[in-house]
Amino acid sequence: MTGRSTEIRRRTVDSGGLRLAVYEQGDPTHPTVLLVHGYPDDHSVWDDVAHDLAADHHVVRYDTRGSGASGVPARREDYRLELLGQDLFAVADAVSPDRPVHVVAHDWGSVQSWEAITTPGSYRRFASYTSMSGPCLDHMGHWMRHRLRRPTPRHVSQLLRQGLHSWYIGLFHLPVLAPAAWKLGLARLWPKVLSDLEAVRPRPGHPQPTLAKDAVRGIELYRANMRPSIAKPRERHTEVPVQLITLQRDRYVSEFLSEGLERWVPRLTRRTLNATHWSALLEKGPVIAGLVREFAARDHGSPRQEPSEGGELVVVTGGGSGIGRATALAFADQGARVVVCDRDLPAAQRTAELCALSGAKSGAYQVDVSDGAAVHAFAKQVAADFGVPDVVVNNAGVGHSGTFLETTEEEWRRVLDVNLWGVIHGCRAFGQLMVDHGQGGQIVNLASAAAYLPSKVLAAYATSKSAVFMLSDCLRAELAPHRIGVSTICPGIVNTNITRTTTFSGLGEDEQAARQAKVSKMYARRGFPPEKVAAEIVRAVRTGKAVVPVTVEAKAAKLLGRISPGLLRAAARINAG
Amino acid sequence: MAQQQLPRFPFDDKDLAKFREVQQLAYHCAEQVAAWIEPGVTERRATAKLRRSLVQAGVQDFFHVPFAWFGDRTAFRHFHTPLQFFAGSRVLKEGMPYVLDCAPVVDGYTADIGYGGKVGENPVWDLLAQDLRVYRELILREVKARRTLAEVYAAVDAQIAEHGYDNRHQVYPGRVIGHQVTRTTARGPAGVNLFGFGVRTLQTLGRELVKERLEGRSPLWAGGKASRHAPTPGLWAVEPHIGFRTVGIKFEELLVVTEEDVYWLDDDLPHVRRWALQEGTV
Repeated sequence: MTGRSTEIRRRTVDSGGLRLAVYEQGDPTHPTVLLVHGYPDDHSVWDDVAHDLAADHHVVRYDTRGSGASGVPARREDYRLELLGQDLFAVADAVSPDRPVHVVAHDWGSVQSWEAITTPGSYRRFASYTSMSGPCLDHMGHWMRHRLRRPTPRHVSQLLRQGLHSWYIGLFHLPVLAPAAWKLGLARLWPKVLSDLEAVRPRPGHPQPTLAKDAVRGIELYRANMRPSIAKPRERHTEVPVQLITLQRDRYVSEFLSEGLERWVPRLTRRTLNATHWSALLEKGPVIAGLVREFAARDHGSPRQEPSEGGELVVVTGGGSGIGRATALAFADQGARVVVCDRDLPAAQRTAELCALSGAKSGAYQVDVSDGAAVHAFAKQVAADFGVPDVVVNNAGVGHSGTFLETTEEEWRRVLDVNLWGVIHGCRAFGQLMVDHGQGGQIVNLASAAAYLPSKVLAAYATSKSAVFMLSDCLRAELAPHRIGVSTICPGIVNTNITRTTTFSGLGEDEQAARQAKVSKMYARRGFPPEKVAAEIVRAVRTGKAVVPVTVEAKAAKLLGRISPGLLRAAARINAG
Repeated sequence: MAQQQLPRFPFDDKDLAKFREVQQLAYHCAEQVAAWIEPGVTERRATAKLRRSLVQAGVQDFFHVPFAWFGDRTAFRHFHTPLQFFAGSRVLKEGMPYVLDCAPVVDGYTADIGYGGKVGENPVWDLLAQDLRVYRELILREVKARRTLAEVYAAVDAQIAEHGYDNRHQVYPGRVIGHQVTRTTARGPAGVNLFGFGVRTLQTLGRELVKERLEGRSPLWAGGKASRHAPTPGLWAVEPHIGFRTVGIKFEELLVVTEEDVYWLDDDLPHVRRWALQEGTV
């Protein structure tokens, strides 16, 4: 390591009349990385990360207003987000006047960086943004509003859980209490707090000697910004590529707070790290540095480029209708290129046409997934026309209802050919391509709640879906070293056209139609739209979740199967076809 | 069911000409508003303008008050109560779709029309507007085949699913895709409305509803049991309303069902002209 990368150069940058203490490291000709600390830290919280990145980056840190060696604003208004955002611009302008910088921020540093990043035109100043444990307060306001407006059990539980995580914010709004706590000993105890609650080993030079003062002044950050932003959230979008690192053991910011972030940040990359709020920086600095290095080095293309041209590639089988079509559209919405196949070519083409409305480049192919040779040829064709997919959704399936003995051999074959062999062919053809490509990815297999919920009238269907469930489990283990995730989706009763084509053992044609109509009506009355399953599939891909039951009944059955498998076995006798 | 004793078609050519005239008038006023409308206008201002131009054209009463929906309200997103149908403070912005819906009455002859438009560019709207044609043809074909109204409703639903859209007429009260229109003869005060429906309308509608239900039919056309009967001779205001995400579009016009024939009362309407124009340019 050169002396240049370890030597820290101090300078002062003026931002609207306030002095900001700036610390530079590394060769200024290298790409600039700007590190923004949170509350109640100062720049030294980044020591490990900065040291690592300085080897091949121009690393810049600063003490945010009111902390460390920077100037102290006189009034509460001077802690408003607008000014904090301007600080970031001022520092970036001073240290890298010609080239956009990569921003990395933590906690309140991340909150204020969001302010800068979501300023229109910010892509000229910022090349990328890595955010940890600090949401955009406006996004959070919208997040809360959305959940208050639609208080489903899941939403209510999220609100309550985040509320519990945010207890201290309420305290910070009370007079005297929090400042007194910091002054009267919390600052002295801080190393112990970090070590006991945050798994951070005590180290010399940390926390900073100014901690007590920084912490007391920093309370103004909460008081000046929390209420206005949450009460009246603004619409804040950004074109800057954002890497969101979710810390799994974070006590203050819950994972689900970033749900739906894609709405504001079309070019979002999600990462997860097993760390606490502070151990991410103070114990796992090199890991964070590695993630930043990788993200900053990525060619994000020019900000004005059509996202569809270079976006991720998603393949959906059975994409002509139902969950397949909804999934294709959901990915297209996020700027992905989408390839759909279906037995029904016009239906697949229609899906491609709808995807194109989102500006997505898309393709449609006619494929019968039960035909192995056809699926392999399809995979080859996709690779030639579009490249190797990042995401493959094996969705194609057929419905069938009939007891074990009623179901004819032909019916058994048809159900297994499509539902099981279709998935096997899809995983084999595309899985091999993805492994050879070496860029990782995600395979999503559509199973069903029937995979773990036995029913005497769904013998063949449930068997096929259960097999898909297990093959996904095995495949996940095999593909893990290749960074290819496998997600199993288990929907319950979803209103799609699968019911209109479901076959019933032992019924004549007229009775078939009548039964199809009856079941379709029942499914329609349940009214769970395929779009919601699609949203779960996208989420599973973004988070790499292994098994995702969708709908209340699917979740309840999964839980019941654990508590009392005997009960599920007994319920299987019910004639629920 | 009393399907054998379908009532006679109650109108003569003179009546039909009058109905056509009122429908033309209604579409004409909607087109006037469409030509005037621009970003910054609220739904309330649009309905006020529509009402004014209708009254100026000689309209005496309304079957229902004029409606205007902007943006995702064209697809009835987040509609939970019927009150949300009424024009609100939503402001029209560049690229937004809009729908105007009015039902003027002149001499007891009622029109009920729906007009979809957009300001600026909106490729989703373009596709929906083009596909709307399929529904006009489908409904005519199915009713001509004298399928039950519930079956026609299901056929429309299947087409909507195939297109990848969703059925927005199911948001209307009673999930109706259409309703029968008769000459209102009631006496109540003209121009007075209850819950958005004219008082005279409610009288006539109420009477028809009772009479038809006793005959095992319904003047409201939906997908349920009450609509499991052949199309009743008479005039039907049909309003397929389709949506894709935040964009919705509809047309609404009178379908003539006689004992021998079924046809759209008038083909000289904005949406039909638009399709003809597109075909011409293609």
